[in-house]
Amino acid sequence: MQQISASLKNAAKPSVWTPFNIVAGIIIAVGLVLTVIRFTGGLGAVTNLDHNTPWGLWIGFDLMCGVALAAGGYMTSAACYIFGLKRFHTAVRPAILTAFLGYALVVLALHYDVGRPWRLPYPIFYSQGTSSLLFEVGLCVFLYLTVLFIEFTPAALEWLGLKRARNLVVKLVLVLTIFGVILSTLHQSSLGALYLIAPSKLHPLWYSSYLALFFFVSSMFAGLSMVIFESTLSHRFLHHKMDAHHVEQSGDVALGFAKAASFIMMGYLFMQMIGLAVDNDWHYLATGWGAWYLVEMIGFVALPAFFFAVGVREKRPGLIRWTALWAVLGIVLNRLNVSLVAFNWQLPMDQRYFPSWMEVVITLFIVTLGVVAYRFIATRMPILYEHPDYREQQEE
Amino acid sequence: MENAFFTLQEFMTHTKAVAYLLMAGALIGLPLFWLFLTGRDDKKRTF
Repeated sequence: MQQISASLKNAAKPSVWTPFNIVAGIIIAVGLVLTVIRFTGGLGAVTNLDHNTPWGLWIGFDLMCGVALAAGGYMTSAACYIFGLKRFHTAVRPAILTAFLGYALVVLALHYDVGRPWRLPYPIFYSQGTSSLLFEVGLCVFLYLTVLFIEFTPAALEWLGLKRARNLVVKLVLVLTIFGVILSTLHQSSLGALYLIAPSKLHPLWYSSYLALFFFVSSMFAGLSMVIFESTLSHRFLHHKMDAHHVEQSGDVALGFAKAASFIMMGYLFMQMIGLAVDNDWHYLATGWGAWYLVEMIGFVALPAFFFAVGVREKRPGLIRWTALWAVLGIVLNRLNVSLVAFNWQLPMDQRYFPSWMEVVITLFIVTLGVVAYRFIATRMPILYEHPDYREQQEE
Repeated sequence: MENAFFTLQEFMTHTKAVAYLLMAGALIGLPLFWLFLTGRDDKKRTF
């Protein structure tokens, strides 16, 4: 009898050895070993960085792409709370969580690049470099991460059953959203503006005096696409955690966000053309670099914008979801082009930077940490469903 | 074929002219794209 009840218990308990857990566990284990090597042996022990390319994959992907793709937080909360588009309310918490984890991992990745983590507060509290764009980026990321943490806390407080604290934080939502939009406007653009200091290093097709504007505008559709993509993943892997309202609304969210993303992408395309016109860079389009630039602009901006539009017109959420992944890849390509591919373009190939396998694994490690943290939170806290105690308040 | 510019004035005249033409294109193209994007939206009743 005891044997039967024990075997029944084992059958009811899901196995820890799922493919996801095994793969994530291996990546995290290797990442931890490489972390020890990085912080004991220095940058040279794990990276291919040199004096020509002091910013590599960790800045180009983890930071640049991480910040751009976390823009869904400010876009969604602005749409819902500032523009009053309450039909997108179900997308707010997943977007805020994605943004919070995204920014937290950006700060983590920065530690790998900068080193000496105990000195992280120095630029803010000890020695402010107020004439540097990096100071502005650092200050905004510090403040915005704090804002995102506070914006995320209602879900955690509902989970913990702390009603009074939760109700207090909810009253701050509008102020936090406005603060978040201002901070995002500042640092999303400043990340592009960082490259204004290197006009001779960045290829003219990617270098423009409008870089700050390009980074900010592209972050808008990056965030919107990322919310659609993240919602697709949630549907696929966390469907059992979604309530009927979230499932019902997800199609509307995809259609609304795709419409906005499509129009912004077309506007971004025109801005890029004006960027080419004011510097008279048209002749570069006939070169190999020009072909690569056109791959980015036509293949990863114009075409996704068109397919978003077709998806919206024909009300095809499936097409929109695939296109969202396409647009996300386009943003990754753009940020990598600016920070790595088209950077130091004039150097001979043997002096160009290519990330070492250890840099790639640490990047994978950081992304895996984000996915595991998202899964841990979304399976426990009311992210993809409304907490029954607050359902009426959230519908208001 | 790259244009030869002998003065900053010539360069600015050329690039500004192209930028203005592109702006005109955007002012026509973006509303048309918006119409394409929203062409099959459910009509809002205004009465």
